[in-house]
Amino acid sequence: MQSGQLAAGPAVAPAPDAAELAFVAAQRNERRRRILLPLLGGATLLLVWWALVEVFQVKPFIAPAPQVVARTIYDRFGLLMSNLAPTAIEAIGGFVLGNFAAILTAAVFVHSRSVEQAFFPVAVLINSIPVVAKAPILVLLLGNGLAPKVAIAAIICYFPTLVNMVRGLQAVSPQAMELMHVLSASEREVFFKLRVPTSLPFLFSALKIATSTATVGAIVGEWIGSQTGIGALIIQATYNFDSALLYATVLCGSTFSVLFFLAIRAIELWVVHWETGVAP
Amino acid sequence: MSSSPALQCDGVGVRFISNRQSVTALDGVSLTVAVGSLLTVLGPSGCGKSTLLRVIADIVRPQSGEVRVLGTTAEAARRSRQIGFVFQDATLLPWRSVIDNVRLPLEVGARRALPAGAMRPEELLRLVGLAGWERALPHELSGGMRQRVAIARALLGGPRILLMDEPFGAVDEITRDRLNEELLRIWRETGTTIVFVTHSIYEAAFLGTEVLVLAANPGRVREIMSIQLDGPRKLSARETPEFMRQAAHLRAVLESC
Repeated sequence: MQSGQLAAGPAVAPAPDAAELAFVAAQRNERRRRILLPLLGGATLLLVWWALVEVFQVKPFIAPAPQVVARTIYDRFGLLMSNLAPTAIEAIGGFVLGNFAAILTAAVFVHSRSVEQAFFPVAVLINSIPVVAKAPILVLLLGNGLAPKVAIAAIICYFPTLVNMVRGLQAVSPQAMELMHVLSASEREVFFKLRVPTSLPFLFSALKIATSTATVGAIVGEWIGSQTGIGALIIQATYNFDSALLYATVLCGSTFSVLFFLAIRAIELWVVHWETGVAP
Repeated sequence: MSSSPALQCDGVGVRFISNRQSVTALDGVSLTVAVGSLLTVLGPSGCGKSTLLRVIADIVRPQSGEVRVLGTTAEAARRSRQIGFVFQDATLLPWRSVIDNVRLPLEVGARRALPAGAMRPEELLRLVGLAGWERALPHELSGGMRQRVAIARALLGGPRILLMDEPFGAVDEITRDRLNEELLRIWRETGTTIVFVTHSIYEAAFLGTEVLVLAANPGRVREIMSIQLDGPRKLSARETPEFMRQAAHLRAVLESC
């Protein structure tokens, strides 16, 4: 950061003393702990899971042991991936569509108080209908293809992003607005040079939540009369008492959700570079 | 136009409506500021110091009275970029580097081009003592450095009036002393007329060629006092008997408000 200034220090670096070495060692230790401890936690969970299944002799169709699930993932990888593909397309499609619509709506709301007052209650109302209730309505409206699942994922993303984006666009300080006024900035310039950058941290916290809700939306959409997708596979595996496949499918869906989240997080770190210590 | 004062207020009155109550922020404020002077505005909180600055900058419209800035209306002066404003909080855009914050006035508004002979952003950063920090982001700077950036931004385009609203209120005393001296240097080098709002008696007396004392509820002119100091204005001037006497007078006036 201030490298240009600090580099002009003494040419010969002084030998690190004991305190400095201890500090560096402590920092390295801390980094290691932050990676190792969660791994240890995960391993413990697997061990307890395995032990419970072994000790209580749980029937495989009630709950499979972890190694059986791992085996299933390996053996039926092709089946899992061919079902993940449509779900991923639906989740990402819905994510893009829903968030894009939310950002546009927020921009309109910020420009017109009357539009906001007229339509915000409508958005609240639609949001208050549970997803499982919205899903059948959309399937009836849009048929049985990708469209209803994308629509459900989009609707589920829409509301949180709308609320956050409106808040973000309005989060400009009164002094910054006065500054723009003194500079005779137009409304357009205030929007793009001040409001939009101010809103980005708010937007990304909504987008990160939207990654998992969009995935949930796509899966719930597939529960209603669908032949492929993670949601359909979950239903099939459950009815067939194929618990190993059920667990493998669930794991597959949640892995996708985590990767989706990490991708948005990476974009956030790159875009919102001025925020120090953005919460993950 | 050169004969008109930098600033002239005639019977300026401002009322705000809050909670169905009408609050008179300024009442019949009249004053004249000559070109090249440094007027400090002193007064108890709620006396309308900031409101007065905002009237001059055409942020707040007065309900009564008239404001003339450089012989024109406040709005014309603002639109022709004759007014620079430094806020209490530096109000830098956190996503922009130091140099891009200083350049902001070139990217918005109708009057963007830098007038001939005006200092360039890099030169202004040198003027405020921040050469070498162009690429830093605001969060990497201290509070005092952020205010220097805000001053450089306000000076871009060579405004003839610089309005400062308690700009050093949030920095520590040592930094404030240094910034006060630097502000006097910048004032001498640029010849800009400055109106500087503060709640510190010493800052007001040390910086100002004139001090305007406002009384509160409603905000009105209590006294306009010109400061007489022999010799150059250095920090040590604050220990001279004549400085002490004038500061004591300001304190007495403030206490009677």
